[in-house]
Amino acid sequence: MKTLVIAEHNGENLSAATLSVIDAAKKLGRDIDLLVASNSSSNVLEEAKVVEGVSTILDFSHEKFENEIAEDIAACVVSVKDSYDFFLASSSTSGKNNLPRAAALLDIQQISEVTEILDDKTFKKPIYAGSCIATVQSTQEKNALTIRTTSFEKTGTSGGSASVETKDVPDSNSRKSDFVKNELTVSDRPELTAADIVVSGGRGMQNGENFALLEAVATKLNAAVGASRAAVDSGFVPNDYQVGQTGKSVAPNLYIAVGISGAIQHLAGMKDSKTIVAINKDEEAPIFKVADYGLVADLFEALPDLESKL
Amino acid sequence: MKILIPIKRVNDYNVKVRPNQANTDVDLSNVKMAMNPFCEIAVEEAIKLKEAGKADEIVVVTIGDDKHQEQLRTALALGADRALLVKTDKTLQPLDVAKTLAKVYEKESADLVIMGKVGIDGDHNQTGQMFAALTNLPQATFASEVEVNGNHVQVTREIDGGLETLSAEMPAVITTDLRLNEPRYASLPNIMKAKRKPLEELSLDELNVNVENKVTTLKVESPPERQEGVKVENVEQLVDKLKNEAKVI
Repeated sequence: MKTLVIAEHNGENLSAATLSVIDAAKKLGRDIDLLVASNSSSNVLEEAKVVEGVSTILDFSHEKFENEIAEDIAACVVSVKDSYDFFLASSSTSGKNNLPRAAALLDIQQISEVTEILDDKTFKKPIYAGSCIATVQSTQEKNALTIRTTSFEKTGTSGGSASVETKDVPDSNSRKSDFVKNELTVSDRPELTAADIVVSGGRGMQNGENFALLEAVATKLNAAVGASRAAVDSGFVPNDYQVGQTGKSVAPNLYIAVGISGAIQHLAGMKDSKTIVAINKDEEAPIFKVADYGLVADLFEALPDLESKL
Repeated sequence: MKILIPIKRVNDYNVKVRPNQANTDVDLSNVKMAMNPFCEIAVEEAIKLKEAGKADEIVVVTIGDDKHQEQLRTALALGADRALLVKTDKTLQPLDVAKTLAKVYEKESADLVIMGKVGIDGDHNQTGQMFAALTNLPQATFASEVEVNGNHVQVTREIDGGLETLSAEMPAVITTDLRLNEPRYASLPNIMKAKRKPLEELSLDELNVNVENKVTTLKVESPPERQEGVKVENVEQLVDKLKNEAKVI
């Protein structure tokens, strides 16, 4: 039996999340195949072929994969189910949307947000917003895992030589949903979950305009910009900035939390960062408990100062 | 139009949950329980659709012991019309929950099934997608906007790169994200009225559900604590530490 990884991509490039899922898949000790559902004109296959650690690419090519619909991806997974006893995706919004649908069709109780693979039945995963870590064991012959990508390395993007198997694409005749449109955030900055440095703002930023102060620091550091749920809820920035239990999990080399108090929901999404800096005027703020370097200061003075010294 | 809202009883989101002494599970004794925040958003969305004249009936359902009546009564006080309790002392995992809900759906039918995207206890984020798969319904997860037009529902979804809009033919399954709406509070008169609204009990046996719980919890522990670091005096010192001590910039 083999491991099937569901590839994520933007139509051109394989996502960094998929590289981490492949790294996690290696720990299961099986051959790894990569399911790529893409528009046939896409470049993703070329990229996927040379990724390190992949045996075979399952090539599902069809123009409908220009946009990803969970019903279609689940149907692809089901169509190849017999060769696999592991089905893996990342815990991105794509993996979270697709994999449970496929798992239910295969009668598998999925294990979500896996942070450690102890053996091929035993896994660690955070629960209660990361307040606790559960070690769980599956009694199933086949398993489906979403992988918390920040807990794994990324497999190499070169040196591989996977073969490509063209697959019949299951039809979508019975599908009752259709793609309408995308409104993707356009940014020159690195992607939040893949950035080396993340600068995040919280309620202390007071409004959306003040995020310009953060952006200036982020530009100097080539960092991604994130936010706490409080900042998103207050409408300062869009939801895709959100770091935390209900947003994204990040684990950059450097995380700078500005005007963020450090609610458990936020810590859940960033406390695996290598170095954490907190800038907050309230010296009692819980964020200082997880920070390697804390600066008690007014962020409206500290941020321009920081920018000028970088 | 009829809306079915599955809800979950979880710890209050302000409570920090800890492992029990034996590290076999979490310790929920003396922890305040509440409706899962994402389920509150699902209930609110249904009420808004009813207020807008798009929905006629809102049915809430949950699975669990008698204590789960509290959360069903809360939903009734907010504006749901009737409630179903699938009574069991067992704690079901998402696949079994989805199977149970599929049986309830078979019995009740509905034009829309709206539920929270994730329970803040297990952090699974599975049940809505699994339920949609088992009932062969279209799914629109992580919704931040819902618009019903005739027999279609258009849903804006929160995805990692921004927003995506899907259109689904009803019946359809929607899971809620944070920004969909701001749930209201129940008024005292409505809380009183809710006590007289119908709450029906069902059993797993009569729904013909076989609970399998195919994943066992071996251990629950606290995550490794991060060492509290140092306070720096000023920005200059901070930059110096980042450059020369942490070597991250």
